[in-house]
Amino acid sequence: MSSTSLPVGAVLVVGGGIAGMQASLDLAEQGFRVVLVESQSAIGGHMAQLDKTFPTNDCAMCTISPKLVETGRHLNIDVYTDTEVVRLEGQPGDFVVSLRRKPRFIDPARCVGCGDCAQVCPVSLPDLFNEGLSDRRAAHKLYPQAVPNAFAIDKRGTAPCRDACPAGQRAQGYIALIGEGRYREALRVIKEDNPFPSVCGRTCHHPCEGHCTRALVDEPVAIMSLKRFVVDYALAYGRERVEPAPRTRPGWVAVVGAGPAGLTAAHDLAKLGYGVTVYEALPVAGGMMRVGIPAHRLPKGVLQQDVDDILALGVVLKTNTPIADPVTLLGQGYDAVCLATGVASRERALGLDGEDSQGVLSAATFLRKVNLGEPISIGRRVAVLGGGITALDAAAVARRLGAEEIHLVLDRPRGELPAYHWEVAAVEAEGIRLYEHTTATRILADDGRVVGVELARAGKGMTNDAAGRRRPEVEQGTAFTLEVDTVIATAGQQSDLVFLDPRFDDLEGDPRTLASRIPGLFVVGGRKTGAAYIVEAVALGHRVAASIDRYLCGQPLQTAPEPRPVAKIPRAEAVQLAAAADKSHMPRHEPALLPMAERVTSFREVVLGLTERQARSEAQRCLACGQCAECLACNYACGAGAIDHSMAERDEQLRVGAVILAPGYRTYAAEEAQEFGFGRYPDVITSLQLERLLTASGPTAGQVRRPSDGATPRRVAFLQCIGSRDQHHDYCSAVCCMVATKQAILLKEHHPETEVHIFYMDVRAFSKGYSAYFQRAQKEHGIRYRRCRISAVWQDSSGQALTVRSADGDGGDPPAEEIFDLVVLSVGMEMPETTKELARTLGVEVNSDGFCQTEPYTPLETSRAGIFAAGPFRQPKDIPESIVDASGAAGLAAGLLSTARGTLTRTASYPEERDASAEPSRIGVFVCHCGSNIAASVDVEALARQAAALPGVAYADHLLYACSQDSTTTIRQRIQEHGLNRLVVASCTPLTHGPLFADCLRQAGLNPHLLAMANIRNHCAWVHADQPAVATGKAMDLVRMAVGRAACLEPLARQPMAVRQSALVIGGGPAGLTAALALADQGFPVHLVERESSLGGNLRLRHWVEAQSNEHAGPQAFLAGLVERVNTHPEISLHLASQLKRTVGFVGNFTSTIECQDRTTLDVQHGVTIVACGGREYRGPEYGFGADPHVLTQQQFEELLAQIAAGSETVAPPRRIVMIQCVGPAARTCTRICCTVALKNALVLKRLAPEVQIAILFRDLRAYGFGERLYQQALSQGVVFLRFDDQYLPEVDSSGSRPVVRVFDQTVNRWLALDADLVVLSMPMVPAEASRELATRLKVPVDLDGWFLEAHVKLRPVEFASEGMFVAGAAHYPKLLDETIAHAQAAASRAATILSRDSLMVGGAVAEVDTESCVGCLTCVRICPFGVPTIRPELVGRSGLPGAASIPAALCRGCGICVGECPAGAIELRHYTRRQVEQETLALFPTHPEVW
Amino acid sequence: MVSEADPAGLRIVVYSCHYCAYAAADLAGVLRLPYPAALRIIEIPCSGRFDLLEALHAFEHGADGVMVAGCLEGDCHFQAGNLIARRRVTQARRLLAEIGLEPERIEMTNVSSAMGQRFAQVANQMVERIQVLGPSPLRRPPG
Repeated sequence: MSSTSLPVGAVLVVGGGIAGMQASLDLAEQGFRVVLVESQSAIGGHMAQLDKTFPTNDCAMCTISPKLVETGRHLNIDVYTDTEVVRLEGQPGDFVVSLRRKPRFIDPARCVGCGDCAQVCPVSLPDLFNEGLSDRRAAHKLYPQAVPNAFAIDKRGTAPCRDACPAGQRAQGYIALIGEGRYREALRVIKEDNPFPSVCGRTCHHPCEGHCTRALVDEPVAIMSLKRFVVDYALAYGRERVEPAPRTRPGWVAVVGAGPAGLTAAHDLAKLGYGVTVYEALPVAGGMMRVGIPAHRLPKGVLQQDVDDILALGVVLKTNTPIADPVTLLGQGYDAVCLATGVASRERALGLDGEDSQGVLSAATFLRKVNLGEPISIGRRVAVLGGGITALDAAAVARRLGAEEIHLVLDRPRGELPAYHWEVAAVEAEGIRLYEHTTATRILADDGRVVGVELARAGKGMTNDAAGRRRPEVEQGTAFTLEVDTVIATAGQQSDLVFLDPRFDDLEGDPRTLASRIPGLFVVGGRKTGAAYIVEAVALGHRVAASIDRYLCGQPLQTAPEPRPVAKIPRAEAVQLAAAADKSHMPRHEPALLPMAERVTSFREVVLGLTERQARSEAQRCLACGQCAECLACNYACGAGAIDHSMAERDEQLRVGAVILAPGYRTYAAEEAQEFGFGRYPDVITSLQLERLLTASGPTAGQVRRPSDGATPRRVAFLQCIGSRDQHHDYCSAVCCMVATKQAILLKEHHPETEVHIFYMDVRAFSKGYSAYFQRAQKEHGIRYRRCRISAVWQDSSGQALTVRSADGDGGDPPAEEIFDLVVLSVGMEMPETTKELARTLGVEVNSDGFCQTEPYTPLETSRAGIFAAGPFRQPKDIPESIVDASGAAGLAAGLLSTARGTLTRTASYPEERDASAEPSRIGVFVCHCGSNIAASVDVEALARQAAALPGVAYADHLLYACSQDSTTTIRQRIQEHGLNRLVVASCTPLTHGPLFADCLRQAGLNPHLLAMANIRNHCAWVHADQPAVATGKAMDLVRMAVGRAACLEPLARQPMAVRQSALVIGGGPAGLTAALALADQGFPVHLVERESSLGGNLRLRHWVEAQSNEHAGPQAFLAGLVERVNTHPEISLHLASQLKRTVGFVGNFTSTIECQDRTTLDVQHGVTIVACGGREYRGPEYGFGADPHVLTQQQFEELLAQIAAGSETVAPPRRIVMIQCVGPAARTCTRICCTVALKNALVLKRLAPEVQIAILFRDLRAYGFGERLYQQALSQGVVFLRFDDQYLPEVDSSGSRPVVRVFDQTVNRWLALDADLVVLSMPMVPAEASRELATRLKVPVDLDGWFLEAHVKLRPVEFASEGMFVAGAAHYPKLLDETIAHAQAAASRAATILSRDSLMVGGAVAEVDTESCVGCLTCVRICPFGVPTIRPELVGRSGLPGAASIPAALCRGCGICVGECPAGAIELRHYTRRQVEQETLALFPTHPEVW
Repeated sequence: MVSEADPAGLRIVVYSCHYCAYAAADLAGVLRLPYPAALRIIEIPCSGRFDLLEALHAFEHGADGVMVAGCLEGDCHFQAGNLIARRRVTQARRLLAEIGLEPERIEMTNVSSAMGQRFAQVANQMVERIQVLGPSPLRRPPG
């Protein structure tokens, strides 16, 4: 394939909301591959969050979920969740797009959606899908019906505590588990990274606490004490036994040194499956932990517990075995040797005079002797010199050995000690005197025995002494002397390698891999490494073990460091996090200490640890800054092996031919409008939050409750235009008025006694059926609408009442204050930063608010060719308009790529189908465990056993996850091995998993309809989890029923029916022309029928378009272009002055008769029909129209403007104009466009004649979307707006030479008289003359007003309920020109999904008439909601009488309504036949003989 | 047959439409909302497919109750199937009364696919109602 000659037959769709899904489906159905990119973890967008949709109050989830499933399962749609577009190169037809795919840490291909991970996840986060009204776990599914049906884990990054820990201890993980009281799991988490939890819970220098985010709020979480609590709890309540690690690898490793590093390495290597022997020179294991830390801080038994756990893995320990030559070990059969001798007790010299005197001890020797029980004596007065923990320890031990006077000489202030302040205070409380900032200068001796020590105040600087070691400078003149008989000094320690063969004097390990120059010999510590903290030694142990493992596996030792982004949270956000989680006022818990009297007389542990209550409360202080705590609980819980915490972000490149942008919107962040109190007052909520409260699957299960106290609100105020039509938003968000109306109605339906007030500026109920809905809200539901602006909202001190202050909209009354208990802010639409960034990345122009810049004649095209836009990204809009955009954009992309149609599509290939209909039933039953989701409460093995004994069952088995890939392979194999011909799967819901198992059948060469499912998970195990016996019994029933059904299932074949790949378009206005060209350009022949003798429709009378700017060619030039292209297009047959007389047939196969001007008729055959017959301007007698020549319609006025603009001498520009809105039928129902048209014409006139005075008399100014900008321009240019209402309609007095318009001005409360040169009436658009007649001929419905009625007002805005029939433009409802064009493009695109196929598959699960039983009674004809059945006289019915019903398979929708109605029982619905449903039912009562 | 697993042994057959009620029962499962185990759900494409004779047949063979569950009124995927189902249920009630069975043993309910909680609630109410009435007198003796 040449990349230049052929466009790429794939399209990138950005945004997985309803628009993105629609565009993807349309393209995939037209033969293109689609990559649908969504930034969240599931598709569905805002619509999935909604409860109901206006104006029909349909359940949003019911309408969207079939689309979700269809999109998710479509063979030619690849859904990329958690993905963003980072670059786009190339040109239309051949782009290369770079995508950034973020990790979700759960593999959607393996995840079965069972939720086990979320059940065990200890981290709660605000549920953003519920708009923060509830919490969810870090492991979560976006919403229950989410597609893909897979969980994801939220991670902000590694928590700072973990990052600060050298050993990478998942502190947030165990803290989260402690917070939930799951202590055993907490211990498991600690041990993931640290084999010395007992030790590190007591003696760690805890750098984690130094980095804890909580410290930004108050004090860090007591991470170390929490670790100790877990260990103590485990000790007290019985630890789990450590089992020996299985030897899975041949290698054997010798570790020299049983300190923390050596034992950690031994631990890791043993767990990896190696054999490990540890050599230790001392008689005990533990190294410095054992001999360096006194028992009152680390009881020996505690350490031994950790050592025992390591040895229990199978590690061999040889004590009292110093190794002088590690290389000989390599010769003795060890495959690798780890030298981990670390720190031993060879201290450096102090470098002080008198240090060799008797009575001078090193702290390490002192502590070692005490710890090993060796004899040691100290004097009565002791000085301890140093500045670290060892000094503190030595002093405390000396106290316990009976020293009476102890001086602790610190070279630094106490605050700089690596110890808690209370630890220092505890030492001091034991009677030890502290000298801060003090250093020893000399040891005084008498006769070789210590008698004192000379001290001086330490200065700020440091200096090097003769030995080259750093010590503090001494302030002159501060010397003083202490009389002591023992000096214990901590003057630094170093590795003691004296036991090593001198040839290893230069032995060093590589700092990263720790490998020495001798192959197989690894070195931890060595001469260059001085004393380290325990946790650092643990970290080295991990590192050397990993390095040795790589060495033994023959892998390179050097590895690239894994990027681990750290979750750094600024102070303000930390404070906010604490407040949001109600954790602001929780002081840190410190552990209790042993009473003083007991401390100094024994080596009992001083720190007593936290109590359980303290620990849980302390753990709850954690702010979970990493989000996911990486505790791995999900890893252990997931039976499907889907969790992968090591997933990382990755980039991917794809080739696509076109791009559709449908990134959607975000709602205005209402906390920015501080006057409304959002974020401060809990009972001020956004409309999206209310939506979640209203929905049955929301956080309150559809019960609307005040967030503050859970009470049902009695008085609710909706404040409109929050984040719309204000100083920062010069547009109208177009949907909020209807959303508020809908929500108000739903509130009233929930609680009829609730009072609902809607505070608004204009009610913009501007589309089809909207005004009626608005009127119902007032009349039937008693919702009160108040025209005003809100100046402030505040809450009283009780927190119960919210006061709303409003100023009357017409300025008549003084501001009023009213009290409510719930305030809903109707937040508008905005473009988020991410969308603006996307536009920048793609080089797509956006307007000042970040919305996509599009032009009126090409509304769906962005500024960059080959990139199309849909949905609110273009302009705020509602769901059906977004769908129109999406289909239209898909059509444009398809047009661009039409020559590549089908080049990249996948087709599933299946083996030839075996006809099993005549075979006796051989049913295979497969029972799914779903991990433990089913198996925990249903005895699946018993179920399989019992199923095997059922009649007709040839094979039964149980599977861990029936939907996993290996299981479906198994099912396929079993079908073949056992000659099965029916399949029963007892698992979850057929709604999501039916297609998967049906596919198994097809792959095994069987008809996919031979599947029955028993929903033993959702309908049984999950809802009867507490009653295993009951659940098992019910599951057995369900399996029996499924088997009963399976036994009588029949294979169903769908037949191909050829499609006539041409279209009939009725109407030659802008909609018809656009639709005809869109199809013809893709190569589909089109018959275009127009009643009049010229093309153009109403567009012929238009001279300006309603755009914010008028830098466009006039509509006439645009029209001329269209007409020219239609006239010359080879695929378009034009029928002017012609009418449709008759249409017969059905989708793909219509025949229509066209009557031409000369009365001749012509039959055309076509696969689809598009109705684009438009509308016309109403011309009634209102306000003197027709009688007074100075009274014009807007259309006539535009003609006049055109003449003025052309400089016509016969027409003088008028000086005073009065426009009257809502004339005639528009008084009853809003016809959408008149306000915008009037504003446009007013502005045109202002441009032509700036001095003109214009007054517009209106009821509600419905300039929706960017039309609001026209309104604001008109206001700023001095156009006068006067509001009237039904009570006082304006009057036009034509008695004089010029009309006078009288209008009642509500602000001044009096009638005004306006002189006018012209009165311009906004006469609404009404349906075209013959539209009702056309509807009858086409058998498609119109509404009460005569507008054509689409199949579904939300989701199917361009098609009729009858397949293959579409509506475009104003025939559907009045539209502005750009809306008409988009609607026509959408209709063409939907039509192309049919025309792009050679054939349609018909039949399957549809109704069939048994002609011989039919009595021709017409019952089915009357009951079918789709008008499908007909009585055909040529068919012979019961008793040989002529006339029987016929239900064409291509038209039947498969609902089965006719089945239950047919008195003769002559109709069967395939796949749900009477016998099938009955056998399923009766199998429930197995005692009945008929069943088997 | 009274199942040993279910002491009350009640059997309520639920004819549930594919688009809303069946999905609502699924959601009740996802949300782990317990309800009594007496319900046995049979999926049909639309509640309008529900056939009066099938219900009578179920009663004949020992069902203690029948519930027909469809979309919310006005929301039917097939426009009016749920309204037609309701009419048929009303008709079935009359017939039950005629043959001496309590008409309350058959019930029509409407739930949307988002109403997991509502489904569990309806199930509870249905079972409570049937418990008051007791097992169907038409049940055959075990064996």
